[in-house]
Amino acid sequence: MAVSHLTPQLTRGGLSRGRKSKNALMGVMIGLGTALVVAPLILIFGFLLIKGVGALNLDFFLKNPAPEGEAGGGWANAITGSLLILAMAAVLGVVVGVAGGIFLAEFPRHRLMPTIRMLSDVLSGIPAIVMGLVVYALVVKPMGHFSAMAGGIALGLLMVPIVVRTTEEVLKLVPLSVREAGLALGLPQWKVILSIVLPAASGGIITGLMLALARVAGEAAPLLFTAFGSNLVNLNPLQPTSALPLQIYIGATSAYDENQRLAQAGALLLITLIFVTSLLARFANRPRR
Amino acid sequence: MNETLPRKVKLPRLSSRGDGIFRTVIIGLSLIIALTFVLSIVLLGQQSWPAIQEFGLGFLTTNVWNPVTSEYGALSLVMGTLLTSFLALLISVPLAIASALFVAEYAPKWLANPVGYLVELLAAVPSVVYGLWALFALKPLFQQVQLWLYTSNPDLTGHCIELFNSNKTSLPCFFMPQVPTGLGFLLAVTILAIMILPFTASVARDVIRLVPADQREAMYALGATKWEVISLAILPYARAGIMGGVILALGRALGETLAVAMVIGNTPEIIKSIWSPTATMASMIANQFGDAREGLQRASVVGLGLTLFFVSVFVNLIARSIILRMTPKGL
Amino acid sequence: MKKLLTLGLGLVTLTAAAASAETITGAGSSFVYPLYTKMFAEYKKTNNTDVNYQSVGSGAGQQQIIARTVDFGASDNPMSDETMKTAPGKLLHIPTAIGAVVASYNVPGVTTQLQFTGPLLADIYLGKVKLWNDPAIKKLNPDVTLPALPITVARRSDGSGTTAVFTDYLSKISTEWKTKVGSANSVQWPVGVGGKGNDGVAGIVKSTPGSIGYVELTYAKQNKLLFGSVQNHAGKFIVPDNGPAALAAQGVVIPADTRVSITNSANAGAYPISSFTYVIFYQDQKYGNRTQAQAKEFKNLLNWMVGAGQQYNEPLDYAKLPANVVNKAKTILNSVTYGGAKL
Repeated sequence: MAVSHLTPQLTRGGLSRGRKSKNALMGVMIGLGTALVVAPLILIFGFLLIKGVGALNLDFFLKNPAPEGEAGGGWANAITGSLLILAMAAVLGVVVGVAGGIFLAEFPRHRLMPTIRMLSDVLSGIPAIVMGLVVYALVVKPMGHFSAMAGGIALGLLMVPIVVRTTEEVLKLVPLSVREAGLALGLPQWKVILSIVLPAASGGIITGLMLALARVAGEAAPLLFTAFGSNLVNLNPLQPTSALPLQIYIGATSAYDENQRLAQAGALLLITLIFVTSLLARFANRPRR
Repeated sequence: MNETLPRKVKLPRLSSRGDGIFRTVIIGLSLIIALTFVLSIVLLGQQSWPAIQEFGLGFLTTNVWNPVTSEYGALSLVMGTLLTSFLALLISVPLAIASALFVAEYAPKWLANPVGYLVELLAAVPSVVYGLWALFALKPLFQQVQLWLYTSNPDLTGHCIELFNSNKTSLPCFFMPQVPTGLGFLLAVTILAIMILPFTASVARDVIRLVPADQREAMYALGATKWEVISLAILPYARAGIMGGVILALGRALGETLAVAMVIGNTPEIIKSIWSPTATMASMIANQFGDAREGLQRASVVGLGLTLFFVSVFVNLIARSIILRMTPKGL
Repeated sequence: MKKLLTLGLGLVTLTAAAASAETITGAGSSFVYPLYTKMFAEYKKTNNTDVNYQSVGSGAGQQQIIARTVDFGASDNPMSDETMKTAPGKLLHIPTAIGAVVASYNVPGVTTQLQFTGPLLADIYLGKVKLWNDPAIKKLNPDVTLPALPITVARRSDGSGTTAVFTDYLSKISTEWKTKVGSANSVQWPVGVGGKGNDGVAGIVKSTPGSIGYVELTYAKQNKLLFGSVQNHAGKFIVPDNGPAALAAQGVVIPADTRVSITNSANAGAYPISSFTYVIFYQDQKYGNRTQAQAKEFKNLLNWMVGAGQQYNEPLDYAKLPANVVNKAKTILNSVTYGGAKL
């Protein structure tokens, strides 16, 4: 440091050593910061791969959990439960979400449009657990039963704002001329939207749906008071049902080694499915970006 | 970003019955969104009404959670939620901006894209998986540190436990573990910081990319170093947008439930040390809604949900207004 | 898009059609979860009835049966009269097993069974005894070298029958506990760290050096935790086990509705922190959309649990119900009705 002011200030293009070293230092910091950001992802995936892959055998997919304290058993209940709940969530998410997106994109001058857009944005920020409380009061209490359907509704409502936003965005990317061409042919507006605009935007909408599904597939908090959980494979939408994230929550906080082992395997399965879905969705949509 | 598209030209309407039906169906379905919002307020309000009536706003400012005497005040939970969230933000924001700058300014394309994808995948990791990882991988490490602090200063440990038990703390004790379980405030903050990183990072990256190239080139032309370009031209320009991302991340942190519930120690008390077991509003709902007794306890737990609902609406509206305000400038 | 829609709708209707027999849903006590999962797995083999039991804590079991979101609740402490009044119909309790709540611990260097007294446990949970080498612990365990490690108190974060039993016992033993904390499914704890379910507390004890936690005996045994003997009312130190837990019910007057606390039993051989665990259900089974067949199926299950099902209690470290209690349970079961008519 003491030497620094003795060296000529104008060595290279007028850059002082102080400025140069600061530049270099910040570059290194930014690199390090980035490394710290991506490290957890690699650590988590690596951890689950090492710990979980051993338990991902056929039993895991075909058997229900064994009685507490006994070895063996699998998570067939959670895997089928997740599929059932997500199928119902997808129906709700698609119907309401796509309709909402069409409304925002195709009826921009409707007087309800700003309100709906704002509420949709705001709903996307509602904590998932709060949505669980709402659906408990809305569905579980009146029906008198925890059910897969209640879980599906909770997750579906969480999907809606995501689907609305992506649908609106991709619909707006469809050039106006396409709509005009349709209308010029004498087609009514609804037909133009349903058979020309929507198909043109379908790639983007499906991407949005997949991302929304991937996002809610990992939610356990809203299922605690809706789908509730089950140790059995259940295909009845009106009965309580398990789901992968729910079972992971139970297993990970358990003292039993067997439950922990299965939870690690379940987490590996869930995270792999979510990653594959997210990446597929992203790559399928890549040319648009 | 579509604001600049020409508004739809007024076309001669072919009035068709199909159009009317289509319109009604679309608007009807869209109204489900509004209905969800309204129903949420009504149902949460209705269920928490006994607690609102009994405790009023004092619910948020008193520190007691005693099912035996039916007294409920959420101060410790409000504090737990705010402290974990803000501390997590404090840790994650610089890192998120660093990664955004790396992707947008430093990295060559072959590296920027994969890093961008990794950050997006980080956002896709479910809460329970973060919680599981924190329990099995981070907790033992935290516990080692706690045990070391615990056993290496026996006098201080004894003194601090004395203080903790009489509900007090001191500056040195604030860094001493209360119970060496590994679970507690700091682990919750750590996992929260990791969880909200990608939200700030991806917004920051997008707004940094929106900074016009002339801004950069003008600075470079003045002989600035890369860091000077970033700190003097890019970050000030992108500040508002990054702030929007930070607030969105805050919204996530405030409502984050299971990962926190799994590692925070679930004790409705205000922290006395960075290691203290404590609880947040969301973790308390997860733990106690199912078994809360009909009446005041259930109403109080739902009251936490109602509070979270309004806080997240408020936070989202702020983020929205910031992002809306900076959008025209960015384009 | 349309295809996706029809696919989704198709799936829903398909699954609705595939759903055949109704399952019986129960929820509550984690204390008895190992036993019930075993019982229900065995029952399924012989009777082909599915029972879905979720270990959500006794507090939740009580609330969910009151809310009628499950077919039965399970709880280790019986409901109070006051709580029962909040239910929309008349609730019945039948006991299915007797269990012991043990003080399990994880103390480095200690591999033997420690001895506790009620007042000592109360002082530990009040935060008054803070170190493992506290004179109060040393006095009871003179032959054990105890470390100067602080005691980490583990307890429940959810509403729990195990908590109710434990705090009921401490309230009987210590007036300070009774006035400062009291007894309930969930209380305001003076110290410690919370875990969800018996499982959660066992997990904390297992992984935390210097910790103590109260769990059902089975959880301690299956997770290989050490647990202490506790001095009973007669002054003897009793190692928790089936026998001493069963003895706790002997000499106690069991009321006709079987709702009774058997902690701190006067019986000289009894383990003092023992409790019945109960199944709670509505006397009249016609509510919601229950069919008579379902109600019958449910009654058969309960009859089996207090009858042939008792064979699974002891292998899992729960005590069998005494004969007089089984009789009382059967009488209660006989009073179950469907729409007012006897089942």
